[in-house]
Amino acid sequence: MHELSITESILEIALRHAEQAGAAQVTDIHLVIGQLATIVDDSVQFYWDMISQKTPAEHARLHFRRIPAELECQTCGQRYGLADTDLACPNCTSLSFHILTGEEFYMEAIDVEDQAAL
Amino acid sequence: MPRTIPVIENIMNANDQLAAANRALLDTRAVFGVNILASPGAGKTSLILRTIESLSKDVRMAVVEGDTAPVTIDADKINALGVPAVQINTGGQCHLDAVMLQAALPRLNLDALDCLIVENVGNLICTADFQLGTHINVLIASVPEGDDKPYKYPAIYRGVQALIINKIDLLPYVPFDMAYFQRGVGALNPGLVTFPLSCRTSEGLENWTTWLSEQALRNRPG
Repeated sequence: MHELSITESILEIALRHAEQAGAAQVTDIHLVIGQLATIVDDSVQFYWDMISQKTPAEHARLHFRRIPAELECQTCGQRYGLADTDLACPNCTSLSFHILTGEEFYMEAIDVEDQAAL
Repeated sequence: MPRTIPVIENIMNANDQLAAANRALLDTRAVFGVNILASPGAGKTSLILRTIESLSKDVRMAVVEGDTAPVTIDADKINALGVPAVQINTGGQCHLDAVMLQAALPRLNLDALDCLIVENVGNLICTADFQLGTHINVLIASVPEGDDKPYKYPAIYRGVQALIINKIDLLPYVPFDMAYFQRGVGALNPGLVTFPLSCRTSEGLENWTTWLSEQALRNRPG
């Protein structure tokens, strides 16, 4: 359910950058979401279609680039991904890890048109 | 011509900036902010009530109550103990955010407070993403919820500065493997200060209230 607040943030960021660039319309929004970020793409898309109406970002396509989680074992140095809820190192079963990737949640770019579509 | 504009902006930026403003306001008034997180029924209100009973003679407290519906059951119980309570109705939203706390703060006399407790909405997922600007986030886990919660909700366990394990009086009756639970907690948040207690029997409660009191009064001027 927190995807509504998050989608509002996405709209605010996209419109602000489009305005700063003097663009008339946002056509695409590129988002980066790590595996560990608790964001549901479909839910964001659902709210997006509602809240972007009658804004310069209406009909903009949302693109989600997923970053897999990668952990580094602090005991044996093994790097490993996460298939389920087991966080232990598959090599030595240690639970002492450092998160290398997977917590990302940001907007990397927007595509814009300088003239609104007719 | 279509063109691409690089953005690179954290989606949570707006909330995080407001949270920083809330923190700065609390700091200027020397008020220690505590955000209480838990699933529904873990004992958020019970813990707050027991904490007030124990500390309100020495620590000047107030409570901000986050509720998804306009019921004042929790706020009424707190007011009955002589402590100010401000209710935030989230209108069905599953979490408090920094904007909601910002709106609630002017309704309290911060100069007359040492400690502000915020009771978040009962939820282990959404609340993890939204910093409020409090000094600490405290998570309440309760024994009947099960020992697998750190493994299922890692984000919230990683983002807290203290953990309460409530309802330990039920340990003899419920299959709860404390070692397994704490192994998960240790992986996600090494060295996390943890208070096993029971709001019902008071066992372990004093460890928590002593610790909180020390945190809250550390910055009191004079």
